[in-house]
Amino acid sequence: MIGLTAVSNPKLLRSILPALSLALVLGAIFIKLPTAMSYFGLNLLLQYAVPIALATVAQMFVITVNDLDLSMGAYVGLVACIGATLLHDNPPLGVLALAACLAAYAVMGAAVQLRGLPSIVLTLGMSFVWSGFAVLLLSTPGGHAPDWLHNLMALPVPVVPFPIVAAAVIACVVELGLMRSSFGVILRGAGGNSKAVARAGWSLLAAKVAMFTLAGVFGMLAGLSLLGLTGAGDAHIADRYTLYSIAGVILGGGEFVGGRVSPAGAVLGALTLALANSFLNFLHISPDWQIGAQGAILILVLALRALIGAMERRP
Amino acid sequence: MCLAAFPAISLTGATKSFGAVRALERVDLVVAPGECLGLVGHNGAGKSTLMHVLAGTLAADAGELRVGATLLGRGYSPAVAYRYGIRCVFQELSLCPNLSVAENTRIFHGALKGFGWKAKARALIGAKLDEIFPGHGIAPDDEVADLSIGKRQMAEIACAFTVTDTPLRLVILDEPTSSLDASTAQQLLTFLRTEVAKGTSAILISHLLKEILKTSDRIVVMKDGKAVDARPAAQFTRDTLVAAMGTVGEHGKAEAAPGAKRSALRASQPVVIRAKPHTGGGQELLVHRGEVVGLAGLAGHGQTRMLLQLFDGGRLADTTVSEPVAFIAGDRQTDGVFPLWSIARNISIGSFATLLSGGLLNIQKEDALAQSWRDKIGIRTPDIGNPILSLSGGNQQKALFARALASLARIVLMDDPMRGVDVGTKQEVYELIRAEAEAGRTFVWYTTELDELAYCDHTYVFRNGAIVAGLGQAEATEERVLASSFHEDSAA
Repeated sequence: MIGLTAVSNPKLLRSILPALSLALVLGAIFIKLPTAMSYFGLNLLLQYAVPIALATVAQMFVITVNDLDLSMGAYVGLVACIGATLLHDNPPLGVLALAACLAAYAVMGAAVQLRGLPSIVLTLGMSFVWSGFAVLLLSTPGGHAPDWLHNLMALPVPVVPFPIVAAAVIACVVELGLMRSSFGVILRGAGGNSKAVARAGWSLLAAKVAMFTLAGVFGMLAGLSLLGLTGAGDAHIADRYTLYSIAGVILGGGEFVGGRVSPAGAVLGALTLALANSFLNFLHISPDWQIGAQGAILILVLALRALIGAMERRP
Repeated sequence: MCLAAFPAISLTGATKSFGAVRALERVDLVVAPGECLGLVGHNGAGKSTLMHVLAGTLAADAGELRVGATLLGRGYSPAVAYRYGIRCVFQELSLCPNLSVAENTRIFHGALKGFGWKAKARALIGAKLDEIFPGHGIAPDDEVADLSIGKRQMAEIACAFTVTDTPLRLVILDEPTSSLDASTAQQLLTFLRTEVAKGTSAILISHLLKEILKTSDRIVVMKDGKAVDARPAAQFTRDTLVAAMGTVGEHGKAEAAPGAKRSALRASQPVVIRAKPHTGGGQELLVHRGEVVGLAGLAGHGQTRMLLQLFDGGRLADTTVSEPVAFIAGDRQTDGVFPLWSIARNISIGSFATLLSGGLLNIQKEDALAQSWRDKIGIRTPDIGNPILSLSGGNQQKALFARALASLARIVLMDDPMRGVDVGTKQEVYELIRAEAEAGRTFVWYTTELDELAYCDHTYVFRNGAIVAGLGQAEATEERVLASSFHEDSAA
């Protein structure tokens, strides 16, 4: 019955597509590796899901206001480097450096709004700045994660693996803040029809700065959680995160323009990507092919969405 | 007690220019509490600019705005307007399509926040929709993108009338019924009368004169950025209203052209265009070789779509366009110029086929072509190798004319090309069109300026996507065109 209603209702079908793709990848893994269907197995498979989910949510904030952050990967890498050096050796200085990163994100948002700069160009430029600072801090992989961070990421949670709990918490918090709160409405409205929001007396500058700063905050959490997992920093540790984060948002049902995003979907999309990544590793597929395989998954999901979209247009 | 002595809102000496164009010239406007003011005028009369000034979305260059007894100064903005209870329903829909109706209500009201805001917003907009449009069929949780255009307009109107923490003083409605069907439009107008009876003021802008006459207490007529007439609605009839919108003096009439000879074209020359608008029925568009044919009517009533239909003519079964066409865009910046290219390249792009030698572009030929057109059409530049953006707006438009005229096209489609062009340039271009037409080129010319119809041999008036009148040169007077643009039952 439920299946039937879903097929006949494209809107519903579209909203369950992220969960469906996750279930599909998970199903493939369980068939290939039955032992993965355990607390320990899932913990291992989803190891990197938390930083990817956080980076995806960060990217989602930027996409909500019709921009794109091409510096996300480099930024996550820089935060990991700061965490492994300054934050470990001299915590106050480390906190100061992280605050400076957030301020830079706020300034990026203001520049995009006030100067009309294309965010793609600005963030592409900033990605080199982030990478530069990261290399200055850690020219070779190394450093140490602060102990509290390492312990946090290794938090033993009973019954349900930690990454799943963490992903659920992230999804709920952002869903509440962006989709349910009255100020989240303004921020999404700024992406849907900025003119209407401005005419109602809201500041578009504040909206843009808020979204970029939120992206900075979640990108920072992504970098710190990644550091907690790896234990050491590297300037290029998260280079792939730029594309992961964009792909996660789109897999999760978000659209590049128009303020149409879904936090829960984005987290699901990130989980799908993380799982697919681990799965391909398990299969001993060379990293060169992994990118291609992920691309294929992305194309498949987008094709499905286009199909549903065509169904919606046909009355 | 003395509050009632003050008007709800009063604007004195409002002036606003866009470049060389005077959109508003010392306009005074007073709306009393509980009054519904009708505002009418032809394209570009300044109605929309006036409305934006009142709503705080545009700052006037000069003028004073008072709300009640309070003088509002420089810092007037949409937020201030909201605080004083001034609301505006804009002509282009201004809802966020990615949000629900209730969420859009929240955007409108800063006070809808905190715990339980969504329930409050749902109740607020739901009740107002029920009040204005009984049986509307809109759920507060419907996403705006999923609603039909009529329902979007209903939601937006209802939203403007909702009240949270500030009282409602004045609601400005710009063409509120343009997307509504007859019965919902009637619901709105009925509601407007009861709301006005409660003491709210309203400004109603509409091109449906019947609506204006029936609903307003007083009508202000605008023309060329000035308020030219203001009387109680009862003292106007359709005809006097239309007359007030037109000019009295017949200024700027094209030196009455060689009328007889030109009108003989219709009889002697073959038909080169035959088409019926896809957007609506009405008459057929017929264009003979060498004619200048004007497309008139209110802006956005299907003229540009007609031009695009003609441009695609060769590929459409029901449209005959028997000679090659060129298109001159009205919106220079987005559709016309290649901003990074030189003046010469901007002119020659339409004629590349004739400038090739051995499959490559012959730069000498290209320069020669551009030079000859610069001299012919008088583009004011020392060097045609300069970037196009070094030219003034009028001269950029001349370059676009040169592009079309230099090409092999025998038919030139013009999409209101004189927008924001200075008077001197206009005169030069008018003469050029005349001369080219004499030489056998055909022009189809959409214009929002009634004066320009004097240069046309034949004029078709559009209303709601259909051609409602075809007028010969002598018949295309301002009164006739206005009457056809506005009246429902005057099809000539």
